[in-house]
Amino acid sequence: MKITTKLWVGMAILIALSPLGLILPEHFKAGSAWGEWGADEVQALVGYVPKGLAKFASLWNAPIPDYAFKGWEEKGLPHLSFAYIISAIVGIAIVSMAAWLIGKMLAKKGD
Amino acid sequence: MHIPDGYLGPATCGFFYAVMLPIWAVASKIVKKTLKTKQVPMLAVGAAFSFVIMMFNVPIPGGTTGHAVGGVLVAILLGPWAACIAITVALVIQAFLFGDGGLTALGANCFNMAFVMPFAGYYIYKTLSYHAPFDSNRRVIAAGVAGYIGLNVAAFLTGIEFGLQPLLHHTASGQALYCPYGLKVAIPIMAGQHLLIFGWVEAIVTALVVKFLQRQDPALIA
Repeated sequence: MKITTKLWVGMAILIALSPLGLILPEHFKAGSAWGEWGADEVQALVGYVPKGLAKFASLWNAPIPDYAFKGWEEKGLPHLSFAYIISAIVGIAIVSMAAWLIGKMLAKKGD
Repeated sequence: MHIPDGYLGPATCGFFYAVMLPIWAVASKIVKKTLKTKQVPMLAVGAAFSFVIMMFNVPIPGGTTGHAVGGVLVAILLGPWAACIAITVALVIQAFLFGDGGLTALGANCFNMAFVMPFAGYYIYKTLSYHAPFDSNRRVIAAGVAGYIGLNVAAFLTGIEFGLQPLLHHTASGQALYCPYGLKVAIPIMAGQHLLIFGWVEAIVTALVVKFLQRQDPALIA
């Protein structure tokens, strides 16, 4: 088997295991990454929402925010895990295609 | 360490975009000269690996979460300039599609994770593995150390960027406009949690994959 084929098999395993990145923090009651809080979390931490933060925090409405489908936030871990796996597949597909295209455009021909 | 929108002021955001634009330009110029067609699939795998490994949030029980980036691993495989492009692609998709990291902070996030991290890690790996045989354990250890330090340098810089905000932007009454925590809080926390926990995750991931690749084709990790 070619080495890149093996690495793609590894990638498939990582996709299947990816919900661990959701389940383990939940299990160990770990919150957001430091400095990645939503406005309400900042309010709870420092007692106010900085004005600039309030203005820019929701500048962009991502189509799959935080690797979860919109409206699924309260659906529980099994649903969120499913959305996480789909996010991993979609993300990997787009990232690898974009990197491949850029690589193709840049790489020198011949070897 | 994906800085969201609203945490860095306009000056910091603009500064890091201004720093990254020439870096991206040089990266494409150099990769154009050095990347071989047969390495393109590896560039795609590397970018995808970085994307997915960042989804594995590791908890500090009762506290925060963090994750590995894979930036040093990609740099060992393809060189730091190609790694810069691969990690940038992952960060751009994370920001636009998943809202992971802000659009205004994308320059800063790319500077930390797609530029400084792969470059720091790459040269540490090269130094520590200097003259080591391709199949030696020293290369595996060098990769782990490089991953650990690479992630920690990036985390330290992120702490500085967060911590500068209350100094740069505040109201007359002293309330922060963007990130509310100063250098004395942001640096120890960002550095501490990466030194204690997340750096080790990066070290283990980097070393294990290098070990695997070494067995497959030692020339890959030259």
